[in-house]
Amino acid sequence: MQASLFYITAIVAIVSALFVIKCRNPVNSALNLVTVFICLAVYYVMLESPFMAAIQILVYAGAIVVLIIFVLMLLNLGMAVKKRYTHALAGSGSVAALLLLVAYSFLGKGQATGTGGEITSKVISEVGHTELIGRTLFIDFLLPFEIAAILLLIAIVGAVVLSKRNV
Amino acid sequence: MITVNNYLLLSAILFTIGTFGVLMRKNAIVIFMCIEVMLNAVNLSFIALSRHVGNMDGQIFVFFVMTVAAAEAAVGLALMIAFFRNSESIEVDDFNMLKW
Repeated sequence: MQASLFYITAIVAIVSALFVIKCRNPVNSALNLVTVFICLAVYYVMLESPFMAAIQILVYAGAIVVLIIFVLMLLNLGMAVKKRYTHALAGSGSVAALLLLVAYSFLGKGQATGTGGEITSKVISEVGHTELIGRTLFIDFLLPFEIAAILLLIAIVGAVVLSKRNV
Repeated sequence: MITVNNYLLLSAILFTIGTFGVLMRKNAIVIFMCIEVMLNAVNLSFIALSRHVGNMDGQIFVFFVMTVAAAEAAVGLALMIAFFRNSESIEVDDFNMLKW
């Protein structure tokens, strides 16, 4: 049952990712990108990380893709011209195939050391995934959290300054 | 039985598809969308391995990757708007003002 859900979601995610890179209209690419994000949220729930699944939908599908579609509608680009892309196809296809070959050769080769850590399924179902992330984020990773807050402030100010007409 | 290797193989396939898109397309916003596909493939790999190892560090890393991706989306799209206002096109072939 879980295996069939995994394979169905895998097929949907891969087909949607192929449509993201293929569609001539960028808005179609954005809609297929939302499908990829939702498939990944399904995977995060299968991996017992429901908080991450919710954050994935909220941040990626709910904010980033909305921003992308907003900018696409603002620029009003239209469809891409159907040109012959044979050189780009050959070059990028060979790089991508090489990358997949290298990645596939690493799979199943070694065992991960340090397995058997303390966060088991029992702990997650008792304590709750959100509380576990909260504990780790605000106790062990407090400094990166504050730096991320400053980074977001820089991004907001930068986005406003970059899109002004007369600085 | 779904082991961690299934998730890692799927993550590698999605990353490869994203790389293919980044190298092939000419519209800068579609290139940005393919970069988001690559980032999400790596996120899936992080969370699968975090679950396999029994640690929370992978999920915190994914949290920060999402934060940085959102900041990068805001700044990158503002940059695209500034480019479009300058040269009326958003193909990466036309961003060659810094070439000699």
